Amino acid sequence: MADWVVFWVIAPISVVSAVAMVLARNAVHAALLLIVNFFTLALFFLILGSPFLFVVQIIVYAGAIMVLFLFVIMLLGVDRPVPLTERIKGQRWIALALGIALAVEVALAVRLGIGFSRGRLPDFSHVNNGGNVRALANVLFNSYFFPFEVTSILLIVAAIGAMLHGRRDVADEETLDAPVEAPAGEPVP
Amino acid sequence: MRTPISYFLLVSALLFTIGTIGVLVRRNALIIFMSVELQLNAVNLALVAFSRQQGNLTGQVLAFFSMVVAAAEVVVGLAIIVSLYRKRRSADVDDANLLKG
Repeated sequence: MADWVVFWVIAPISVVSAVAMVLARNAVHAALLLIVNFFTLALFFLILGSPFLFVVQIIVYAGAIMVLFLFVIMLLGVDRPVPLTERIKGQRWIALALGIALAVEVALAVRLGIGFSRGRLPDFSHVNNGGNVRALANVLFNSYFFPFEVTSILLIVAAIGAMLHGRRDVADEETLDAPVEAPAGEPVP
Repeated sequence: MRTPISYFLLVSALLFTIGTIGVLVRRNALIIFMSVELQLNAVNLALVAFSRQQGNLTGQVLAFFSMVVAAAEVVVGLAIIVSLYRKRRSADVDDANLLKG
């Protein structure tokens, strides 16, 4: 019963915050609305019987990733107003129509796949025996150990890639903070 | 649990659609990137919901891996946006037209 109430409180907030995120003019507002959306998703994970992913969602997404986003927004100062003209004519309406078609298609697939009725669900307390973290670690380190190791390579490659992108060659690129040298022979006023 | 699993899947589908529309209509590279994050999260919700329906934890492990990949993707993507901004002085994706014929 509790999950029913929580679902109907959280689901509208989730959808409304996502729509507002897409419509937000200001990039900072969009980031804050996305944080709201991540918190609602964390609560969905909680009522679906996954306290570990609830905590990870808040720490990794709402904490680390969104702070990184806000940091880049502040660094670039990209919250200036964007031009409203469309480069491709009717792009918004085509995108909206395609989006609605996608939503209808997925809803139809859900209807045909598992149906909207309240079916009998397996007992999840048996699966989460000994705590969700322990059960998850059991699956992760027994069945998915090799993919887990591969993600470490992925993270190292991502870190090196980000470092190479962020580096700049001072020699062949003008820098903003370097003082402009006055041409030789002319007196500096 | 009284909520049918299909309701979670419908919310997930809605969020994924909103993210797709955001990618298609927005021009600020950062907001496009946030929409991609929204899509990834919508799929995570579907994975966790299926895990609940099937009664095993494989879906949750997959969602966990997807979070790790998303973290790596955010790091590289933001670095690309920063270097794009440094070259073009703009985060508008329409300004990145070097390959345009």
